[in-house]
Amino acid sequence: MEVLINDFSPGLFVVQTILLLGLIFLLVKFAWKPILTSLNERESGIHDALAAADKARADMQNLQADNEKLLNDARAEREAMLKEAREIKDKMITDSKEQAKVEGDKMLKQAQAAIESEKKAAVADIKNQVAELSVEIAEKVLKEQLSNKDQQLKLVESMLGDVKLN
Amino acid sequence: MKEVSKMIRTLVLLCTLCISLQGFAISEGGDQGAVDTKDEVDAYILHHIKDAHDFHLFSYTGDNGERKHVGFPLPVILWSSNGLAAFMSSEFHHDDAGKVIVEKGGSKFVKLHGKIYELNAGASEVQFDEHHHAENAAKVLDFSITKSVFGILLVGLLMLWAFSSLAKQYASKKVPTGFGRVLEPLVIYVRDEIAKPNIGEKKYRQFTGYLLTVFFFIWILNLLGLTPFGFNVTGQLGVTAALAIFTLVIYTSSGNKDYWMHMLWMPGVPVLIRPVLAIIELAGAFVIKPFSLLVRLFANISAGHIVVMSLIAIMFTLKKSLGVVGATSLSLVLSFFITLIEVLVAFLQAYIFTMLSALFIGMAVAEHDHDHEHDENGHEVPDAEDVRGDFI
Repeated sequence: MEVLINDFSPGLFVVQTILLLGLIFLLVKFAWKPILTSLNERESGIHDALAAADKARADMQNLQADNEKLLNDARAEREAMLKEAREIKDKMITDSKEQAKVEGDKMLKQAQAAIESEKKAAVADIKNQVAELSVEIAEKVLKEQLSNKDQQLKLVESMLGDVKLN
Repeated sequence: MKEVSKMIRTLVLLCTLCISLQGFAISEGGDQGAVDTKDEVDAYILHHIKDAHDFHLFSYTGDNGERKHVGFPLPVILWSSNGLAAFMSSEFHHDDAGKVIVEKGGSKFVKLHGKIYELNAGASEVQFDEHHHAENAAKVLDFSITKSVFGILLVGLLMLWAFSSLAKQYASKKVPTGFGRVLEPLVIYVRDEIAKPNIGEKKYRQFTGYLLTVFFFIWILNLLGLTPFGFNVTGQLGVTAALAIFTLVIYTSSGNKDYWMHMLWMPGVPVLIRPVLAIIELAGAFVIKPFSLLVRLFANISAGHIVVMSLIAIMFTLKKSLGVVGATSLSLVLSFFITLIEVLVAFLQAYIFTMLSALFIGMAVAEHDHDHEHDENGHEVPDAEDVRGDFI
């Protein structure tokens, strides 16, 4: 203990105190403060950058989801449009079919009516011709059978009776 | 792996160099010439761990039998009864026995066992009593640039240069290059492993400057002590006392209300016990804590120096019984491993001093009563600060 007390140098203690005080002051001012500030800044910078990267990733995912949704919407819209078009096409086809049928019917009826009137005209013509023919026949019969008057008359009568107008 | 083995090889080389140079120093050391016997070795080692007034590198005996000393003198600055006196230590002509008297400013000075004494008025030479204490001379206040002060200045300038250049690097780039890349993790280590866990996230910042300074100061000086230059700065009581008192002043001045409350009038114990506790706490805060800091560092570093030098001295003390080769190889092997351990101790003591300083500061600034978050039943939820408070 005596040796230790003897070894303790008050002068060295004072010098060390002064030098350490100066060293602390200088180091804090010129080294520790800028170093710690930059370290903290760098660490918060890294922290911020990581957070930003996370945010960007989340945004990216959102964007992708949006894109997916848009794509789906577009696909659905296309489907709808195609369906509509198909319906329109079908409708147009059926419409035209119906229209054609109506038109056809109409034409058919007209044709039938024309045929009927033609037929009537033809029948009338035939009747006229039949009448003329009858008259001619009658003329010839008359010419030939005038001699056999009674017999002829009977014949005419029986012939006429056979000819039936339809 | 390659890097590590390279590092180990470098370390081994450095240690071997240190040992061989120290061995050389011992064999050549001492004013009396060769150091061979046990007593001479003891005296040499005790001389070495003391502070010195000149920077002595080595000595040799010239052809004409005269001792030559190689080194350089350092300035001696004294505050004597006649005021300030300053001269170079070379004026003592390497005398350490109080024989050479230097007269400056009306005072007569002698150097005795590494200390400078002022002769009483009228005395012309030192007279010793039976314990070899000077009778007619008194110690003076010695502000000399001793070997230790020289070491402190050297390390101080080294730290200023290294760390301010690291600080400058941050102005131009985010990540330092070169030697700064080595220093930065150390700074981060002190901040994250010493300052933050012991003082707490909120208040660590204002004390980190002190802790960093002390950590690197002690560590570099410890390592410098392992070199053959023979610095023993952190083994000087004056230096460790100053360091410990810095810590004492910092934690005492930054102590908050809770700290003083717990020290002087401990809550939660019977009133009669409180004064007793106060005495114990006061003694703990003002005597035991700083004393433990100053003695731990001093003793560890001094002991390390003594052990390394004693093991090197095996070379001479066991020369007779083991032969030159046996003694030398035993000495080299043992001192090599002890030097490796001393490299670890150099870091460990710097870490322990800084860590305990941080711990004491943390105890002084710890908040015991602060706002807590409450759970749904209205009970307080303890937070990290409380856990830390309970721990320290």
